Amino acid sequence: MTLGFYPGCSLKGSSREYAESVLAVAKAFDIHLEEIKDWNCCGATAAHNMNKELSLALPARILSLAEKQGLTEIVVPCAACYSRLTVTKHELSENPALKAVVTEANDLAYTGSVSILNIVQMLDKYIIPNLEGRVVKPFDHKVACYYGCLLVRPHEILKFDREEDPQSLDALMLKAGATPIDWAFKTECCGAGLSVSRTSSVGRLSGKIIGDAKDRGAEAIIVACPMCHSNLDMRRDAINAYLGEKVDIPVLYITQAIGLAIGLDRKALGLQRHFVKVSV
Amino acid sequence: MSSDTHHSGISGLGGEVLGHTDVKVSHCYQCGKCSAGCPLSEEMDYPPSVIMRMLQTGNPDLEDKVLRSLSIWVCLTCEMCFARCPMSIDIPKMMDFLREKSLNEKKSNPKAKEIIAFHKSFLDSIKYTGRLYEIGLFVDYKARTLKILDDLALAPKMMKRGKLNIIPELIKDRSGVAAIFRKANKKNKN
Repeated sequence: MTLGFYPGCSLKGSSREYAESVLAVAKAFDIHLEEIKDWNCCGATAAHNMNKELSLALPARILSLAEKQGLTEIVVPCAACYSRLTVTKHELSENPALKAVVTEANDLAYTGSVSILNIVQMLDKYIIPNLEGRVVKPFDHKVACYYGCLLVRPHEILKFDREEDPQSLDALMLKAGATPIDWAFKTECCGAGLSVSRTSSVGRLSGKIIGDAKDRGAEAIIVACPMCHSNLDMRRDAINAYLGEKVDIPVLYITQAIGLAIGLDRKALGLQRHFVKVSV
Repeated sequence: MSSDTHHSGISGLGGEVLGHTDVKVSHCYQCGKCSAGCPLSEEMDYPPSVIMRMLQTGNPDLEDKVLRSLSIWVCLTCEMCFARCPMSIDIPKMMDFLREKSLNEKKSNPKAKEIIAFHKSFLDSIKYTGRLYEIGLFVDYKARTLKILDDLALAPKMMKRGKLNIIPELIKDRSGVAAIFRKANKKNKN
């Protein structure tokens, strides 16, 4: 079967391994992910911090292109892109005046007919029903499932999982043979877009997350967002400086962990690209 | 503008917030859950609940302080405040409006210089290529902030792991994206 696919910028660059693992897992279950042609950046945090119209017009262009291509359901693995696309779809359906302004800016037809799936929804809907019997190497580790902000908030718009103590990633990891742990930092912010402009804040915020995961015996942290991953993985020096010790718990994308469980090649899942060595 | 403006007795900036975002600062009863849950409140000059109170007063001096605050820029829009607000006040949506207004009125806090520079570099990158070009973003950000030495060790490590594209990804319809920027900036001076 075929699903629409919006990779977003991170998956083409600093989070290449997320794209690699998403595509590898999809392929293993005979799902073809068809990229939206000529897609643009969603504008991310920068756009909605600076200019509301821009923050809606950029995602609206992406959704229009998906419609034009005849895609009815698109998979958006990046939690930040997922949030921007979903918030835009919501705002444009609630506010016809805004929709008119944005469609005029884009010069493309927009009806709002495309369904947007985050990675957990995609896995739940299309992979999990067929997972039984495919797990050849159970991911037999204690894992801290880290949801971050944008996968679950704002609940009023996303209507996905619970905003305090969400469970969906934990449920997936249980099926992959892992033991998800209870911990306190599932939805605390990693520092997100301040990674470059205020790295010390990211060291502190991500440090608390890694610190709690370690204290509770996690052997791996499981994420579904490139920003969470790059802060928890690439900013490990700043995190260790905050914690005052060297913590080497690896951070895996949910699709990398599931890929390992179904026996996919480590390199095909991009595990060699991480800063913190993936020893699990 | 909704009639709620009148009933809540909010004029000034609080009224503008209501008119543009539908967020009612008058609904805040100062429980402080937003400030308690905000991961950045300790780095802010005024935590979120204090910003709400400042807007409730309708005092122009306090409103000016809000627009000049560091708080509105270190706010990560992580949405924790909104999730925990017992009155469901969409504080992040209000913050977006306050940031845009602060920029337009050239009141942005000098300590937010790097944060704003990063956003500008980010948007410039997608304005010209349609997608984010990470090397271009780093270079542009360094030029804006003169933070030449920061993160210098990061790029080669990323490169080695195949995490940085040397050549930017150019979309075909760059003029379409440029038009979106042009139209959005018309109503907006930044």
